[in-house]
Amino acid sequence: MQRYAFRRLILMVPTLLGVTFVVFVMVRAMPGDVIDLLAGDFGAADAEAKEALRKEFSLDDNVVLQYVRWLGNILRFDFGSSIISDRPVLDELQNRLPVTMELGLLAIFFSLLIALPVGIISAVRQDTPADYIGRSLAIGLLAVPGFWVALVAISMASVYFTWGVPPKNYVKFTDDPIGNLKMMWFPALILGAGLSGSVMRFTRSAMLEVLRQDYIRTAWAKGLRERAIIVRHAMRNALIPVVTIVGLQLPVVVGGTVIIETIYSIPGIGRYYISAVNQHDYPVIQAINVLVALVVVFANLGVDLLYSVLDPRIRYS
Amino acid sequence: MASDAQILEQYALRPELSGFSRYRRSVLNFLRKKPLGAFGAAFILLLILMAIAPGLFTSANPDVGQVRDRLQGPSAEYWFGTDQFGRDIYARIVYGARTSIVIGILVVAVSSTIATLLGIFSGYFGGWFDILVQRLVDIGISLPGLIFIILVVTTLTQFPPDFLGLSPSGEVVMRISVALGVLVSLGSSRVIRGATIAAKQNQYIEAARVIGAPDFRIVFVHILPNVFAVVLVGASIQIGSAILIESSLSFLGYGVQPPTASWGRMLTENREQITRHPHLAIFPGLAIFLTVYSFNMFGDALRDVLDPRLRTR
Repeated sequence: MQRYAFRRLILMVPTLLGVTFVVFVMVRAMPGDVIDLLAGDFGAADAEAKEALRKEFSLDDNVVLQYVRWLGNILRFDFGSSIISDRPVLDELQNRLPVTMELGLLAIFFSLLIALPVGIISAVRQDTPADYIGRSLAIGLLAVPGFWVALVAISMASVYFTWGVPPKNYVKFTDDPIGNLKMMWFPALILGAGLSGSVMRFTRSAMLEVLRQDYIRTAWAKGLRERAIIVRHAMRNALIPVVTIVGLQLPVVVGGTVIIETIYSIPGIGRYYISAVNQHDYPVIQAINVLVALVVVFANLGVDLLYSVLDPRIRYS
Repeated sequence: MASDAQILEQYALRPELSGFSRYRRSVLNFLRKKPLGAFGAAFILLLILMAIAPGLFTSANPDVGQVRDRLQGPSAEYWFGTDQFGRDIYARIVYGARTSIVIGILVVAVSSTIATLLGIFSGYFGGWFDILVQRLVDIGISLPGLIFIILVVTTLTQFPPDFLGLSPSGEVVMRISVALGVLVSLGSSRVIRGATIAAKQNQYIEAARVIGAPDFRIVFVHILPNVFAVVLVGASIQIGSAILIESSLSFLGYGVQPPTASWGRMLTENREQITRHPHLAIFPGLAIFLTVYSFNMFGDALRDVLDPRLRTR
């Protein structure tokens, strides 16, 4: 187990180097120079001033050299400063990361809240109307664009009901937990509903597989109540693979937060990212890409390791 | 008495064992046994027809509107109403089908081709080639989804507008499709690699190798038909997600540019008016939903018919 975890960690190094390098080169390849935008702000459009700016941000060096220097800084937790606002990226991330994480975790919570009961009932009552409704719901949820639901909800909200309207001012969770949750639950629900489709399908198939096992037949034969069989015997085993799908969905969650944050004016990573892309703010774009890539890579490893903790039959070597 | 070669030929090289011919019968069964999948297929055909010949469905111009008719609700003249410029929303949805369908199909064409080649060769040959490809795939699947796609799409705008020698909107569609296709292919190549490694264990592959079939022949005559179901099912479901990603990109402003009609774009263009005129949001959203739903239903049914081993039940 330790050996396996160690080997996976070693394999992660080339992956992360590759990911950061791809991101770094992509950012440099963005059209329209950040220097042009910046120089325009200062009214200094002449070539000499631009050259000086370029030197200041060391954008005139070889890309590989820039990459190595940047990587060195990242390893010391120095994500640099925004070229546009000159604020340290890390400060900004510290403010915004909790917001996006709250949105993401709430979304995953809602997704499981919807998906698990529907998936389990769908499996237990296989090929009944309940199952057909559950399965259609799952495929339907996969097809609904989250931003559309959000838009329609906002337009309805302002006419028919009062919740679900994008807040005028964002309330921090640490300042006013209730007010914050009142604001976050609806965007999180929309995001979570989008995620729940695949979890539902996965839960159903995992549950069906377990329900065919011998020990479940034994439980029936012993005369246990259905409730006990489903909850105590079948669910425990069926939900283990569901952990995987939740882990694998993390990139989707992050992508979803970008869209939902834009619509609901939530000051998280996603909105920060969109404005950074529009302003060609290299350090910010790089930092967010690397951060999310790190989360994805570590979540994948975490899921694999958690899997063997939850299911003693799985042993990695 | 039959020679060894004849016996081997009988078992290993009979055309029906190579797999393609059983698909024709499956497709006919499909319509009968999978009504929802067939509904999906019918809707997809309708969309393809819309993409090829939008003139058959509407005579209105999607890009030019009557200003005096702006922001009207659905009526006999404007089935789905009009937007803030007085453009016919029904016509814009019909023309928007082209953007969605073309991007969906192109993405899947690019990604299936790359994924199949990468997956089959990586799985079949193994060794250092496999290790190298798998590390590349690791990098590809660790790139942060939509966040990275936004970066790529922005980067692509720096090529001159006639870089590929297409119309302005065709240019953007092509770039988005190729970029998305390459990114998507890496993940699905791993699935195909798995299927290839499983197919390689078959005895008839061994038999083919014994009678001296070259690698090239084994890969394309014996392995490919075996993993074909995996490729096809993956593709039909990927079209749906490609269309969703395109509409999200267009919604955020990184997709096709105006005046080209795109369902995702229609939702942003009219964002300010949606509160008072809900029809502006309802119809483009329904178009996206029904399209993705149809592709998913079709893909699901296809999987049940083509490859019972993949069935999720």
